[in-house]
Amino acid sequence: MAAGKSCDVLVLGGGNAALCAALTAREAGASVIVLEVAPRAVRGGNSRHTRNMRTMHDAPLDVLTGAYPEEEYWQDLLKVTGGQTKENLARIAIRETEGNLPWMKSKGVRFQPPLGGTLHLSRTNAFFLGGGKALMNAYYAAAESAGIEIRYETEVVDLDIRDGVFHSATVEQAGERAMIRASAVVAAAGGFESNLEWLREAWGPTADNFLIRGTPYNRGRVLKLFMERGAETLGDPTQGHCVAIDARSPKFDGGIVTRVDAVSLGIVVNADADRFYDEGEDFWPKRYAIWGRLVAGQPGQIAYSIIDSKSMGRFMPPVFPPVQARTLADLAKALTLDPARLERTVADFNAAVRPGTFDHTIFDDCRTEGLAPAKTHWARAIDTPPFYAYPLRPGITFTYLSVVVDESARVRFGGTHSENVFAAGEIMSGNVLGKGYVAGVGMAIGTTFGRIAGREAARHVRG
Amino acid sequence: MSAAEERKSLPALIEEAQRLLAICNACRYCEGYCAVFPALQRRLAFPEHDVHYLANLCHNCGACHYACQYAPPHPFDLNFPRTLARVREQTYRKYAWPGAFASLYDRNALAVALASFAGIAFMFLLAAFLSDPARLFQAHPDAKGSFYALIPHGTMVAVFGAVSAFVAVAFTVGIARFWPDMGERLADFVRPSTAAEALHDAFTLHWLDGGEDGQGCRHPDEKPSNARRIYHHLTFYGFLLCFAATSTATVYHYVLGWKAPYPFLSLPVVLGVVGGIGLIVGPLGLMALRRRRDPELAAPEQKGMDEGFLALLVATSVTGLALLFLRETAAMGTLLCLHLGAVLALFLTMPYGKFAHAIYRVAALVRFHLERRRPVAFSLPE
Repeated sequence: MAAGKSCDVLVLGGGNAALCAALTAREAGASVIVLEVAPRAVRGGNSRHTRNMRTMHDAPLDVLTGAYPEEEYWQDLLKVTGGQTKENLARIAIRETEGNLPWMKSKGVRFQPPLGGTLHLSRTNAFFLGGGKALMNAYYAAAESAGIEIRYETEVVDLDIRDGVFHSATVEQAGERAMIRASAVVAAAGGFESNLEWLREAWGPTADNFLIRGTPYNRGRVLKLFMERGAETLGDPTQGHCVAIDARSPKFDGGIVTRVDAVSLGIVVNADADRFYDEGEDFWPKRYAIWGRLVAGQPGQIAYSIIDSKSMGRFMPPVFPPVQARTLADLAKALTLDPARLERTVADFNAAVRPGTFDHTIFDDCRTEGLAPAKTHWARAIDTPPFYAYPLRPGITFTYLSVVVDESARVRFGGTHSENVFAAGEIMSGNVLGKGYVAGVGMAIGTTFGRIAGREAARHVRG
Repeated sequence: MSAAEERKSLPALIEEAQRLLAICNACRYCEGYCAVFPALQRRLAFPEHDVHYLANLCHNCGACHYACQYAPPHPFDLNFPRTLARVREQTYRKYAWPGAFASLYDRNALAVALASFAGIAFMFLLAAFLSDPARLFQAHPDAKGSFYALIPHGTMVAVFGAVSAFVAVAFTVGIARFWPDMGERLADFVRPSTAAEALHDAFTLHWLDGGEDGQGCRHPDEKPSNARRIYHHLTFYGFLLCFAATSTATVYHYVLGWKAPYPFLSLPVVLGVVGGIGLIVGPLGLMALRRRRDPELAAPEQKGMDEGFLALLVATSVTGLALLFLRETAAMGTLLCLHLGAVLALFLTMPYGKFAHAIYRVAALVRFHLERRRPVAFSLPE
């Protein structure tokens, strides 16, 4: 093994939470090393695919309009998680977002008001100019000029944590192993979403049909090492941020463009050409996060969003062109569905549609009657060719299985919170997100707990 | 890879641009950087004329590329600035008039070099033909009227008047074809409010700023810098000052009856010297930046077009300044022919070189300001 090296604070991971921790610890005077497993060109974990941070504010703040008070934010979180959240940690994540914003700007992050297709978030979410990769570029530039040592393509292969106390990490870079000692460690290395074997362990063989929306580098190595060293975990390994994305997307790293926003405008059928859920239950931005699990529960983990020409141009243009046909039977053939069955499903749906005034911007009165499952809003007969379909598969963004932390981001080992082991970001997101998702909350958790972890780690080291 | 191989055919290039515009339209993370993204987000499909429009709206600042999650090594292999730079060259070719001259873009540096030789040779021959060849190489201690002793004023006006008229016609025809191809009415092109906004954007290089906070564009690399904007301003305003010098001199000649050469502290000379210095420092700076450009964004096959034009600008101003300072020596005749030859070549190659970017850029900016007042043709749910 190569000669060792030491620093005050060792940061495992290279995404948003990791860099927030590293920069905060460095501000407090600690010497910091950041270990990023990815090459420089694809650094930043899933943060490079993000776009905004859900941010609390009592009055217009920077690019944010109106007010988004703590209580409303908390209620939004409570609703999507169904109560599976630790209120003390959730409220910290919420409250700190207001202060995160100016701090982020001081590190070179730039914000913009939302323009096309995201105006509904202009009050609640602060958008990064250029998105998450631009944000990470700013953080890395700030880290370099602050004198933080960044090691790319460096994997953590072992951790010396005894009785909840961190001593050193063994890392591997270009086939060379080395030991790094540090007075404190921050684990911010993401979930295990791109570890296909682990996903299979959690979900069974259905996981083989999942697509991974984010980085291929979040293989859960650090999470697993923590579990092996006795860190307490919480959360269900099948829970995560999981949306329905275009089935034609690449296995990894498809990111935002793989979304299909046509669901609420038409019907969604499974491989048997049957409908299986109310497509018009709520506005799409509030529902996109449940469709991943819904599709995961269907045979073959595949579904098809079907619309007719009336709906074309009424949703964000997906990156892949729709499958298109003049008749439903031809569309079914192109999708390898049973034509008669699809025709019957659509005929049943069309017959159940009640007359109403279609308005996609409100909960309109277009609904079905006497149909199971019902479509409760925006239900219009699918009768105007050409017909279009987008194939859907579950797309995992990140997993929620987490190490248990306290309000200082300290990881709990055997009932006691460690003095020098901290966690931030996806790896502890399950403390706040037991299930469900609301746009921009991942960056809120990562930024807040990244900063807390960095501050507390530096305080432990420097006193 | 050779320059010819690097240069994609128009249909392949348009197809590639359409592929990446569809990705950008589904992503939209870059919408805050410049005019191109709001313009593309107004559309659901990208027919060829819109690809030309969006490409010419792009100032090649590079901000979007460094923010792009789909840039190489991502399998989507999205290189927005370089692809649009390649489309722009195709725009200049497509709308070049007369059409046969579009092939001058194939070897643009060679075209510029040959035009320079031809221009200079023409001026020497003209001087030799119109005056005693021996006078070309004689000193003129009394500079008064010495230029016109070699080439009469009327001849100069006739030659440059004809060439300027040709350039104006060539670009007018280009715009007259480009603009309706985009489905726009010619009357809208000259609407004062939008034309003023477009010219404001052009004169300030507003969209070279990648996010509008004065940090500058990503040239030559990822770090924001105002260097390219400054050098471009030096080039453009240097060019304008030289133009102003010529215009003032014309007024002196015809209105006031004062004959060139003019004294060092006269208005045409001061304007020309200041402009000429800008027109040396600016193009050399742009050339240096171009050579240091991040290889991922550089379009090596456009080196001839870019550097040929910049070199000719430098040649014009260097010969002009040399003529000014050596006009009382035996070198005057040679320098006069060199300078006028370079200027002639500059004008002749304007419609078939990098200068064309200014024309189509302004047209695209006009369209941007027209469009942003119009309602979007489709509605997206919020």
